[in-house]
Amino acid sequence: MNYSPSELMTINAARLLRDGDVVFVGVGLPNLACNLARRTHAPNLTLVYEAGVIGAQPARLPLSIGDPTLVSGAAAVCSMYEIFAFYLQRGLIDVGFLGGAQIDRFANVNATVIGPYSKPKVRLPGSGGSAEIAAWAKRTYFITPHQKRRFPEKCDFVTGAGGGVLRAALRGGGPHAVVTDIGILEPGAGGELILTALHPGRTVEDALANTGWALKVSEQVRTTEPPAANELWFLREELDPQGIYLKGAA
Amino acid sequence: MTKLTPLSEAIAQHVHDGDLVYAAGFTHLIPFAAAHEIIRQGKRDLILARATPDILYEQMVAAGCARKLIFSYSGNPGVGSLRILRAEMEAGRLEYEEYSHFAMITRLTAGAANLSFLPMRPTGSFDLARANPQYRTLTCPYTGETLVTVPALNPDVAIIHAQRADADGNTHIWGILGEQKEAAFASRRVIITAEEIVDEAVIRSDPNRTLIPAMVVTAVCHVPYAAHPSYTQGYYDRDNALYLDWDKISSSPDTVKAWLAEWVYGVKDRNDYWAKLGVETRARLAVRPRWSEPVNYGEF
Repeated sequence: MNYSPSELMTINAARLLRDGDVVFVGVGLPNLACNLARRTHAPNLTLVYEAGVIGAQPARLPLSIGDPTLVSGAAAVCSMYEIFAFYLQRGLIDVGFLGGAQIDRFANVNATVIGPYSKPKVRLPGSGGSAEIAAWAKRTYFITPHQKRRFPEKCDFVTGAGGGVLRAALRGGGPHAVVTDIGILEPGAGGELILTALHPGRTVEDALANTGWALKVSEQVRTTEPPAANELWFLREELDPQGIYLKGAA
Repeated sequence: MTKLTPLSEAIAQHVHDGDLVYAAGFTHLIPFAAAHEIIRQGKRDLILARATPDILYEQMVAAGCARKLIFSYSGNPGVGSLRILRAEMEAGRLEYEEYSHFAMITRLTAGAANLSFLPMRPTGSFDLARANPQYRTLTCPYTGETLVTVPALNPDVAIIHAQRADADGNTHIWGILGEQKEAAFASRRVIITAEEIVDEAVIRSDPNRTLIPAMVVTAVCHVPYAAHPSYTQGYYDRDNALYLDWDKISSSPDTVKAWLAEWVYGVKDRNDYWAKLGVETRARLAVRPRWSEPVNYGEF
């Protein structure tokens, strides 16, 4: 069966969600992953959006994180201060998704700047909710195409703390998995990301060649289940019929 | 006392060159009509604060209104970069001060409560604190824990769009609530634009929905469709097509100038703008009703 890298990553991210999880949903592929999980193995997922919406049941795919479809039919709406203070800082969020231009060896994430802060080479949008999601969600996940420039040994700027020394004294559980189009990285001893799974047809060499540090490989690398027909059907027919997020190689 | 004012007068009277402006609204209810009026009136040297500058502040920066930006996420939501702001920041032409969303909203909350700062739990993201000395730490006097603090933000003027308000300024908002309430209480002056001006009795029929009370409101302006291309819950949809198009429009300063010439300088006011959008766009943004169940407050 044919599928795009975006479809492969989205489906594997959806499988990481557990029924009953309270998920802080981001736009784009994380949003697709959460809505896919809710239609397949995790019908009791609670979708929380940083705009202040709890228990959203979006009838259409929202382009932005503050789309009106998130509000109509939701369980609750609150202010931004409350969503960050009462929900995230309070410890009510099980899962957060993070994205960024760089993820490093310890799963620190950079969504702020490439190059020095005071003389940016590329100015990125900045933290938004990333700093707090990285710190306070019980589990954080990443969906990112596997490319050397996205996986440097060390981020130019740490927008969200990963699993290394920065983790001390934070309430959340930190990074749990990085889903790429080659496989899955998970934190090992000391919070360092190691390769734990490969997608069908991909090799350890693919992963090593596309990572910016000497990536450690688990002794038992598993192979992920290929995308199932029903997973692809929900994604293509129900969630993103126009292919806004799924078309192309991400 | 009625505070009803035409938008052009409210902007002329209450937004001054050099002011710190907070145009509130997280994706929802972004006050575009007021921003366009500020651009038309040629206000200068403004400090523009917003969690998400959005294409609103990009347009104001492109029009030369701003000397500094205070923000926490400078992207086009769901689309990508805000290209003009990015280019200005990369070239070192625009001064900016940066936070996370939570820190930005915490600043407003402190300002609203007349506190000088508020604490937050540490996030381990030390680079932002190194980049912005406004982030400080203190030792909690009760537990001994280290907490992060940010100073109060007290804008000179907040601009807030809403579904409905009475002439006094009692304001009903529903849908995504963002930081409108905090911005209103934190600011020295508050300009409300509203889809509808309603009788005080309508407000009093549902007091739980009054997010902003008259006592903090300076001016009330009746401006239907003031949020486009953002949206007003229950009134009209977000114009995602324009947000997607903006990615192309903002690819060069010239195309932005041409857009501003046509859609800001080239129209008299919001009525003119809404008419110019055309029948098809207006039909595309229309929303079907979905009413809430009425609540019973009881007669006493």
